Amino acid sequence: MSTIQVDIVSATESLYSGEAKCVFAPGSNGELGIYPQHLPLLSTLRPGEVRVETKNDIQSIYISGGIVEVQPDVVTIFSDTAIRAGDLDESKALEAKQRAQEAMENATESQDISATQAALAESMAQLQMIRKMRGKKG
Amino acid sequence: MAAGKEIRTQIASIKNTQKITSAMEMVAASKMKKAQSRMEASRPYSEKITQVIGHLANAHPEFEHPYMKEVGELKRVGIIIISSDRGLCGGLNTNLFRSILKQIAAYQAKGIEVDICTIGKKATTFFKKFGLTIQSVLTDLGDAPHFDDLLGSVKVMLDAYDNDEFQQLSVAYNKFANTMTQVPTITQLIPMVASNKAGMDHRWDYIYEPDAQAALSALLVRYIEALVYQGLVENIACEQSSRMVAMKSATDNAGDMVDELEMVYNKARQAAITQEISEIVSGAAAV
Repeated sequence: MSTIQVDIVSATESLYSGEAKCVFAPGSNGELGIYPQHLPLLSTLRPGEVRVETKNDIQSIYISGGIVEVQPDVVTIFSDTAIRAGDLDESKALEAKQRAQEAMENATESQDISATQAALAESMAQLQMIRKMRGKKG
Repeated sequence: MAAGKEIRTQIASIKNTQKITSAMEMVAASKMKKAQSRMEASRPYSEKITQVIGHLANAHPEFEHPYMKEVGELKRVGIIIISSDRGLCGGLNTNLFRSILKQIAAYQAKGIEVDICTIGKKATTFFKKFGLTIQSVLTDLGDAPHFDDLLGSVKVMLDAYDNDEFQQLSVAYNKFANTMTQVPTITQLIPMVASNKAGMDHRWDYIYEPDAQAALSALLVRYIEALVYQGLVENIACEQSSRMVAMKSATDNAGDMVDELEMVYNKARQAAITQEISEIVSGAAAV
């Protein structure tokens, strides 16, 4: 079974580097599933979960948006700010969501609205991921 | 013994200064280690993104992004200058500023105007004096700058480039070679320097999502931000190591000065004693 080299990096650290059977990433046009020998692809990513399936296990890493570059044998994911899924703090995400909503209610300029909408989408994705991980454990 | 007392106070004050500089040396040494590991940690990102840009230069994109096009005539250029917030770090900022000024003079000789963006207090206060247009200023980043802190400043410069306010954008910072050596570096960001297209025998292009323009813009903006961020963290590592070296030599110099002054003090003390004895002896002989 052929494998594909996967590198997930953020500006401050390298999050994952290794061989994998396949990778799933939240592409801006929908979920991307990347197997070895994929055609070259360049896509922006939504905030969400990247799943890396290796021979033995599945790793999931939360990213808050970014870019993926696919070459037939290499996948590189640039995460804007990446934290490992286990580190996510639900209360913080909730707070951020609340703040984003408050700010959206008070926002007057269009730019503020789009910025807060982005922040809201991000914290929603974080929450969703935490729930999912809880479900797995429990 | 009036001179002796003066010398003693001087020695005491130099010893105090020496204590301060050696403390600063130790602080800088520990900060340098952290700054260096931060620099190492951010390297994978900028290395990978540079790799991808290399792939991109070999592809034949259906859409030619403005950042990748060669420009016609240069009328203005933009420079992002990264400096430290604090001084007492040897010739670090001065060396960088000197090489930047040389570059600016070369541009101006050709009739090209220069716009700048300063990061760090030292660059801001220094370049204020030169009558250049300062597009944006960013200070008080601390020792552990966050990636987000940069985005505003970089965006200002990119917007200016998009509006054709200038036709070339560079970043200037100190590159970390090792603890003793920092190299002032000016790197051109946009338009991207075309890489060698030889070696690729077939035409290929990416599949773009959502579309070529959006995907390329997102990638190129991140590429530029990554390079500026990398420059910033390298400059911080340089600042700490340069400060450590400067403080070490200040401490050594203070030690030398104390030794010399002690020698002078002892000589003066000895001379005074000798004089006193000879006075007593000659007084006794006279009686």
